[in-house]
Amino acid sequence: MSGYFDDPMVLREILMDHYQYPRNHELTHDETYMSRHMASDSCIDDIIVEAKINDGVIEDIRFDGVACTISTAATSIMSELLKGKQLEEAHTIIDNYHQMIDGKAYDEEMLEEAVALKGVGKQANRIKCATIGWKAIEEMIEESEGK
Amino acid sequence: MINASIRKDFPMLNGRKMQGHDLVYLDNAATTLKPQCVIDAVTHYYTHLGANAHRGDYELSFEVDTAYEGSRKAVAQLINADEKEIVFTSGASASLNLIAYGYGRKFLKEGDVILSCEAEHASDVLPWMKCCEENGCVIEYIPLNDEGRIEIETFKKCLHEKVKMVALAHVNNVLGYEQPMAEICALAHQIGAIVSVDAAQSVPHMKIDVKKMDCDFLSFSGHKMCGPTGVGVLYGKYNLLQQMDPFMLGGGSNARFDMCGNILLKDAPYKFETGTPAIEAVIGLHAAIDYLNQIGMENIHQHEKELHDYAIEKLMQLENVHVYNPHADGGIITFNIKDVFAQDSASFFNSQGIALRAGQHCAKLLNEKLGTSATLRASFYFYNTKEEIDRFIEVCAQANIENCLNLFF
Repeated sequence: MSGYFDDPMVLREILMDHYQYPRNHELTHDETYMSRHMASDSCIDDIIVEAKINDGVIEDIRFDGVACTISTAATSIMSELLKGKQLEEAHTIIDNYHQMIDGKAYDEEMLEEAVALKGVGKQANRIKCATIGWKAIEEMIEESEGK
Repeated sequence: MINASIRKDFPMLNGRKMQGHDLVYLDNAATTLKPQCVIDAVTHYYTHLGANAHRGDYELSFEVDTAYEGSRKAVAQLINADEKEIVFTSGASASLNLIAYGYGRKFLKEGDVILSCEAEHASDVLPWMKCCEENGCVIEYIPLNDEGRIEIETFKKCLHEKVKMVALAHVNNVLGYEQPMAEICALAHQIGAIVSVDAAQSVPHMKIDVKKMDCDFLSFSGHKMCGPTGVGVLYGKYNLLQQMDPFMLGGGSNARFDMCGNILLKDAPYKFETGTPAIEAVIGLHAAIDYLNQIGMENIHQHEKELHDYAIEKLMQLENVHVYNPHADGGIITFNIKDVFAQDSASFFNSQGIALRAGQHCAKLLNEKLGTSATLRASFYFYNTKEEIDRFIEVCAQANIENCLNLFF
């Protein structure tokens, strides 16, 4: 398994695939969803992320907008990874993702395809691209927890 | 062409690497690198002068005043103005805000019109939007032609009796077009409108004469012309400056005040310069102006034009590059690598040691016109060379989505 995630070709394919065919890439505009417009952190990326959280479970995540490869792929991967997860588990995955982005120790198995973003820190200014969609879901989880 | 030996004057151009490559700095529309003489002028103030400006009756303070006012004189000469018409601000944005606040909010009334255009920089639009919110005036946008320029015939059609202010950039920071500002001023004055010129992208690159242009206000920044950050200039016709309100009140700008609330402000330009200014930056700006004058503004303009034409000729041969402004008047090239989002390609240029900017370049109304959400911008200055353009072209040719993503593995 770890060999698979060390192959740059494979990781690049994962990013390309999520950029060209982003998952959950349609907004519902449904009132039972929470929504975050993420546009103020950088000059370019401008995305909306929706989440439906009920009884401590992330039932659905959607997103759309204008964004670069890294933020589109990172948000698409996040939407697949966190959909259906209990909030507690989601917290662990999110923390783990940040550990990886910050170049610290992380659990590869837990992050699945998100491992494709492990090298994003090589271009330091792109860290915000890799975290913009993740920040949206974090905010909505916090909101659902009444924080 | 300007001799490349002047690059020795710039510490940043002598050994600084980026991502393991020699730095090719092509983000001069954002800010420029500093020659040693400017750095020395800044440190000279801290090392040998130290005192505040306009405050003390001792030798050091007098020397600071002399240096500070000497810079005002150099700025005035640079643009053919009188010294008393030169206000030091923190930069072009501060100058533009000061006009909207000090003149716009004081004199514009409900229904009055400010003429702007879709290509304007945020710093030349947002202060007027705020002015509209407060005073009930409105902004009207001059339509651009297909290329993105203001045509003088179109401008004429936009003028009407309600137009009281025309706020436009002399050279646009995304497209690099020089607008026919002298004609615009003459036409605006016929109907009694005031013209504010954002010259942040023109004063550093060409000879400007405010008397010939006959603009009412002209704003620019020191750091875009080899000067320090933290200093900019507002030129204004003296009678307008005298009528305007300052942005801030306090020490240095008043002649006297009493407990009844009577305030007597100093005359312009001093009434606008409240608080201790960026003295070292003002002094450093003087050194920058001397340096540019030594090279010659005409030579600078000519050099950038040659670099631009050289780069465009080569870029047009690359099938993976789309240029939005091949006919720019100055050294600004706005482009994209086909099928690659601007932020992704900017990282690739970074990885090759080339500094350029991705984004909307603070002109967010323009993207609809260009039909894209973000672009790359390469902008030249007189210290750039044809060899650097060759390197830039080489990297452009290699740029594609695969290479842009390979950076992360």
